[in-house]
Amino acid sequence: MPSLEVSGVAYAYPDGHQALFGVDLTVGRGERVALLGPNGAGKTTLVLHLNGILGGGVGSVTVAGLPVEKRNLAEIRRRVGIVFQDPDDQLFMPTVREDVAFGPAAAGLRGAELEQRVREALEQVGMAGFADRPPHHLSFGQRRRVAVATVLAMRPEILVLDEPSSNLDPASRRELADILRALDVTVLMVTHDLPYALELCPRSVILSEGVIAADGRTRDLLCDEELMGAYRLELPFGFDPRSVAAA
Amino acid sequence: MGAGHAHKLYRHGHSPVHELPPHCKIAATAAFVIVVVSTPREAMWAFGLYAVLIAAVAAAARIPAGFLLRRLLIEVPFVLFAVLMPFVSQGERVDVLGMSLSVSGLWGAWNVLAKGTLGVAASVLLASTTELRALLLGLQRLKLPPLLVQIASFMIRYGDVITDELRRMSIARRSRGFEARGIQHWGVLAKTAGALFIRSYERGERVYLAMVSRGYAGSMPVIDDVTATRAQWAYSAVLPVTALAVCLMGWTL
Repeated sequence: MPSLEVSGVAYAYPDGHQALFGVDLTVGRGERVALLGPNGAGKTTLVLHLNGILGGGVGSVTVAGLPVEKRNLAEIRRRVGIVFQDPDDQLFMPTVREDVAFGPAAAGLRGAELEQRVREALEQVGMAGFADRPPHHLSFGQRRRVAVATVLAMRPEILVLDEPSSNLDPASRRELADILRALDVTVLMVTHDLPYALELCPRSVILSEGVIAADGRTRDLLCDEELMGAYRLELPFGFDPRSVAAA
Repeated sequence: MGAGHAHKLYRHGHSPVHELPPHCKIAATAAFVIVVVSTPREAMWAFGLYAVLIAAVAAAARIPAGFLLRRLLIEVPFVLFAVLMPFVSQGERVDVLGMSLSVSGLWGAWNVLAKGTLGVAASVLLASTTELRALLLGLQRLKLPPLLVQIASFMIRYGDVITDELRRMSIARRSRGFEARGIQHWGVLAKTAGALFIRSYERGERVYLAMVSRGYAGSMPVIDDVTATRAQWAYSAVLPVTALAVCLMGWTL
């Protein structure tokens, strides 16, 4: 059973602006997929459909077989872990430990079991020594890693990352890549950072004007200059996807 | 950003007062303040005894007098108001140093000054021996409406973030040659305040989105709880109970 199945999802905002025009996307269990596309392509809108924050348009989303519907929302939000772009939005509790505990505690975990979850998640991102710090005392890279831990603590079926490499210095960027590679979880990564997509995700899809415009091996997509040009995707200066080892 | 204003009030230490559970300390402080304000203002000696009690707690908490007195400065605006009262109040008047002062105004000023100072001193002691986080847990434990605790908790979490945003906006203004020098620049400052409000509002929406995504359904899960033993409650009660005895004497003597 695939981790994620999106079929025919279309959505228009209440102001009439239509963002999605029938998106079909299947992500198998354990896959790491990059979601690429220019600004305004509907990436964020699609992400917010995955855990039912947006919905009510046409089409359906299922997560590991469970349809995203009102009565399933609590379980869906446990299964879909979204890491938002700004860790200051994601980390809203007074200490790291409480923030990581928030999701599992909201799902009803208490006591030793909760502590165990928190420790496990913080160890996975190498932040176990920072449990009692307030988030604003951490560096940006550390906050991003804690943000990942907050959703890992819910043992999600699929991890959705919104621009995971943004604002990170090269060392933090690599550390995060190492962490993500070591996780045994399905990943959907929204990014403009094409080398990062190539490094981490064997498969990429391009979302453009509210539909999936291309779906294939990341290296093949990045090497297709015509395709890249058509969707305003550009590689950084001097980067040649043919010359590096892909994920 | 650094340590941030959220921690300036707290003074790290390991005294018996620091170690008391937060909800006991909050309850004791509130009870003490209520007792103090219920004391008749004519019993001036009672306020002296209260001050001694506060000093004793400060000594037990190993809070230096200088630290406590500096924190008391926050009271200055209220003191100014109290100083005005003898001049503006009506009624019987007495001459002090050649100035004609109102008797009821003098009593009023003394009342505000004595009770205010003791209240502020008690709060300063509470804040300097209890971490903000623990205060919130204590309030939660004392069954303050959860919404108020959540609001206070977010205020602490985002205070630094918003201060930082304000600082960046101020740097951006100054980098373009703007210095606020007088009333003609208030318009710009007002626009900054407006922009900050909108940014914070938008951040609030994003934070809410992140909370909902992790299963928030209207109430915060209880992650940490604080408990107190009988002995801790008894120890915390020493201050308000002694104060109550003083107060009763003030009414009867």
